[in-house]
Amino acid sequence: MPLQTPPLRGIHDERGAKFTEFGGWDMPVEFDSIRTEHAAVREDAGIFDVSHMGQIHVTGPDATALMQRLTTNDVTRLDVGNAQYAAITDEDGVVIDDTVIYRLPDEDGDETYLFVPNAGTDEATHERWVSHRNGWDLEATVDNRTDEYAMFAVQGPNAADLVDAVTEEPVTELDRFEATDAAVDGVDCWVARTGYTGEDGFELLVPEAEAERVWSLYDCQPCGLGARDTLRIEAGLVLAGQEFDHESNPRTPYEIGIGFTVDLETEFVGRDALARATEAGHEEQLVGFQLIDRGVPRHGYDITNTDGRVVGTVTSGTMSPSLEQPIGLGYVPTEYAEPGTTLQVVVRGQSKKTRVETTPFIETV
Amino acid sequence: MTFDVPEDRRYLESHEWAHETNGVVRVGITEFAQDELGDVVFVELPDEGDSVTQEAEFGVIESIKAVSDLYAPAGGEIVSVNEALFDSPELVNDDPFGEGWMLEIDADDTDELEALLSAEEYEDQIA
Repeated sequence: MPLQTPPLRGIHDERGAKFTEFGGWDMPVEFDSIRTEHAAVREDAGIFDVSHMGQIHVTGPDATALMQRLTTNDVTRLDVGNAQYAAITDEDGVVIDDTVIYRLPDEDGDETYLFVPNAGTDEATHERWVSHRNGWDLEATVDNRTDEYAMFAVQGPNAADLVDAVTEEPVTELDRFEATDAAVDGVDCWVARTGYTGEDGFELLVPEAEAERVWSLYDCQPCGLGARDTLRIEAGLVLAGQEFDHESNPRTPYEIGIGFTVDLETEFVGRDALARATEAGHEEQLVGFQLIDRGVPRHGYDITNTDGRVVGTVTSGTMSPSLEQPIGLGYVPTEYAEPGTTLQVVVRGQSKKTRVETTPFIETV
Repeated sequence: MTFDVPEDRRYLESHEWAHETNGVVRVGITEFAQDELGDVVFVELPDEGDSVTQEAEFGVIESIKAVSDLYAPAGGEIVSVNEALFDSPELVNDDPFGEGWMLEIDADDTDELEALLSAEEYEDQIA
């Protein structure tokens, strides 16, 4: 299958970006260097093309009921312009995907949502929504709009000034996880104070045809998926396909450490299994860690206890550009999850002393 | 983007360079290779006195995004290791053909180097 390309593939190529396959998309991984891009976002501002993220639009008399039954959080708490982080779980409470749900202005008097599934999952997610809508006989329109939008993230301590300067509406008045329709240099966009870096910033949904115009408005460092990964690891944020995978790494929200997205007072697919899980407790959980010895942890490396017995697995790891220390995320039995616990990560056959740390690793907004 | 490929040395397809002086072969990775890797954060090298054989793994280089094995362009005894890289691995990015060198090998047989790529051949490979 040919890779999907973001609308600005050619612009990024001209700018000298390197590309990588991610979730079936050919995305910029690095424009200058991960270190440079990472530092720009921590100290100033950077812009990411995240058009690989999906967009599913849901409206109609039963839109709220459908969203409520397929996501773990309580969408009835959303007013127009609110955003919510949620998980999508199966009957067993296993996470299929994580997503951000935006409540858009009502359409034809009906509550309306747009949510953002991960790269490459938009078709399956759309299908899931449609088949459950049909099965439950709900009245809602479910539209996969992934191809209609470019999505950009402007992130960093100076992001608010950059976004505000070119947007008619006073976007600096938005709180975290608030969003609004806004005219960005005359282009109708959806501007949300959300992100995936641990910094202040905005994510913009831009009509595909206007992508280039909006991208070029922001005079800041272009950043690729490489820096996006180091930034989100430092912020302790999980990535679908790394920290969880429905087939190869099935996890409940509690194991992943995103139990705060689960509202058991609501009715959703997986609710009963998760209610049982809260009583039974979980055996493993995701922790952050830092290597004390020299070496870089990577996805798939073994984690052992101090006796050398394999007790867990690294899901993400890197040399943290901000801390200049090797850090990572991984699953360990709960008895090893306490910050300060000494473990080992096996790097090419050698055991490297490792300490469990609290996440986020850095100060975040 | 074009990359520097100095003509005074020979190259492995796996992007290591070899520069021989009086039977001692200095080894590093090319400008192209460091650019592909991105920010180098860690280099694992053998000890002085260890032996290597041509085209065998001698170490590992890690950037923020990738891990890559390093291959020896010549066989022999390692007589020097660039310990500056342990504290400043970014030297591999900043000056891959100079201060970013990795090893010096007292070559068993400098004729081995004839089997490697010339600068021109390596340039074709990365073009």
